[in-house]
Amino acid sequence: MIDFIQMIVSGVATGSTYALMGLAMVIIYKTSEVPNFAQGEMALVTSYFAMMLLTTMNMSVYLAFFLSFVFAAILGAFLEFAVLRRAKEPNVLGMIVITIGIEMIILGFVSWKFGAEQKTMPFPIGPYDGFIIYDIYISKLDVLTLVSALFFMIVLFLFFKFSKLGLAMKATQQNSVAAQIVGIRTNRIMMMTWGISSLVGATAGLLISPTIMHPFMMWDPMLKGFAAAVMGGMTSLPGAVIAAYMLGIIENLFGGYISIEFKTVVAFVIIVLVLCIKPSGLFARHYIKKV
Amino acid sequence: MDMKRDYFEDVQLFTSPVVVFWFAFLIGSLYLLPFFVSNYYIYVANYIAINIIVATGLNLLVGYTGQISLGHAGFFAIGAYGTTVLMVKAGLPFLLALPGAALIAACFGFLLGLPALRLEGPYLAIATLGFGLTITQVIGRIELFGGRDGIHVPDINIGSWIIDTDKEFYFLLITLTIFLLWFMRNLIKTRMGRAFIAIRDADIAAETMGVNIVFYKTLAFAISAFYAGIAGGMYAFVLKFIEPEIFTLLMSILFLAMVVVGGLGSMMGSIAGATLLCWLDLKLRNILDIPYVGEWLKNLSENWFSLTGVSNIQYIIFGSIMVGIMLFEPLGLYGIWIRTKKYWRTWPF
Repeated sequence: MIDFIQMIVSGVATGSTYALMGLAMVIIYKTSEVPNFAQGEMALVTSYFAMMLLTTMNMSVYLAFFLSFVFAAILGAFLEFAVLRRAKEPNVLGMIVITIGIEMIILGFVSWKFGAEQKTMPFPIGPYDGFIIYDIYISKLDVLTLVSALFFMIVLFLFFKFSKLGLAMKATQQNSVAAQIVGIRTNRIMMMTWGISSLVGATAGLLISPTIMHPFMMWDPMLKGFAAAVMGGMTSLPGAVIAAYMLGIIENLFGGYISIEFKTVVAFVIIVLVLCIKPSGLFARHYIKKV
Repeated sequence: MDMKRDYFEDVQLFTSPVVVFWFAFLIGSLYLLPFFVSNYYIYVANYIAINIIVATGLNLLVGYTGQISLGHAGFFAIGAYGTTVLMVKAGLPFLLALPGAALIAACFGFLLGLPALRLEGPYLAIATLGFGLTITQVIGRIELFGGRDGIHVPDINIGSWIIDTDKEFYFLLITLTIFLLWFMRNLIKTRMGRAFIAIRDADIAAETMGVNIVFYKTLAFAISAFYAGIAGGMYAFVLKFIEPEIFTLLMSILFLAMVVVGGLGSMMGSIAGATLLCWLDLKLRNILDIPYVGEWLKNLSENWFSLTGVSNIQYIIFGSIMVGIMLFEPLGLYGIWIRTKKYWRTWPF
């Protein structure tokens, strides 16, 4: 029983990272219909930026993290402005190729600069700090990740539901020409979306990097987060979060009880099965394609 | 310009005797190549030819049928492992093992095509991506396939002809490549090829016109997987030793990049894209040896970046090519070629 609960707890912890990445992807897909494969690497470069501030410039953690968040937001907005907006024929395949291209460029620069060796980021909460409740070990970093995932989910949900800017973002996604006619600056909205999304994704990166840091560290969270976003329906914020926790928990239970070796692939098997039954995800509103 | 006046003109392989001459010249020089260049360049040519086969197959799926696949390294791995295991463990001759493995890959392609019927866009991307990752993981855990340690690949023997040098392998591979390209070219010009293109352009309209979407979409996946399987089988003999870590997600991405950079929906584009990216891939592995640029990069790395990570420049270059092509020339290298041709046709005017 203890084992079971312990597995669920660590499942929730991994699920939180996936949830943050999934949220970041959903925000972009919601407004611009771009499946952003560069999300992980945007978080990666922010983490390395934070590490540089912390180690070489000896900044305090709060200042360094604040500057990193600013950096992440600017990076996201810049990529939208400089690359995505210039695409001539925006279709899904083209967007996938462009974002994969951005991903490879960032990955190349980061691993050129920092090499492939593993590092850890100095952080007030160490990776092995934790406490024990009823024989169950809970890591403080995991709690922080969980709190930030839930925080971002609620804030973003309220933001899209009740704020004027969120409404404008929704309008841009549904019909950008009509949105322009009623006076929404869709270009600016897109930039803001990318900034916010990059910030959310960077949180995941910053919370992984105290444990482990190497140029490929964001691949797994990014792909799982993307899988969760797809499973949740690609446009639904709560859907992505619920799917992310489901994936995290199932993955850990599978690793614990059936086979640790296939732990990383079980998420993709689940997602293919789910997509066979519900092709547009669990929580997406069904829409009918017009010819 | 290139107006087609009847059906025969559309399907014929060569439009004029001049084209026949150039094709004969090209194929002849391809067969004579090993007598003039060193062993390294034969290896490069083999590597490029294998990637041309994959790119052509993937182009059928991505360029002509309009589906997305980020999992072709999976089919490639099935081909490589299938051929090796069929030869080593089952004792089949090469001529049976290679098509056998490719057929297994095609079966997997068919299976992947079934969920793909209902998926599109990012949903299809993640499903195929998951497939590619899963195949590599599963193969790495099967003891029969050598597990994580990998497996040694035997020499090819066809009858009494034992192929143990790159040069002999080159003749076999180039023959196979030319045959597969010729087959693909003809396939696209048939009723089936037109059905694929119709599905890409408007799938619902195509269905209304009587195109069997279920059949043609799964067929596109199967043929594409078959090509990747053949290429994977041949790649095993180039490497002589295969392990699961070779067939990564990056490989799938590179395959897709070849098709997109070359030009969607054009065979010449696939060939050009595969050639360019493979050549760059091999060149950039020792980037510091390139004259002038290498020294400059070495200085740059020492002052600003790190010398240990200098090989990662190839990611930057590949990424820039992908982004640049999509931003400035969505038709890829083929589009550039078309534009140049148009410009020179009426040159002084």
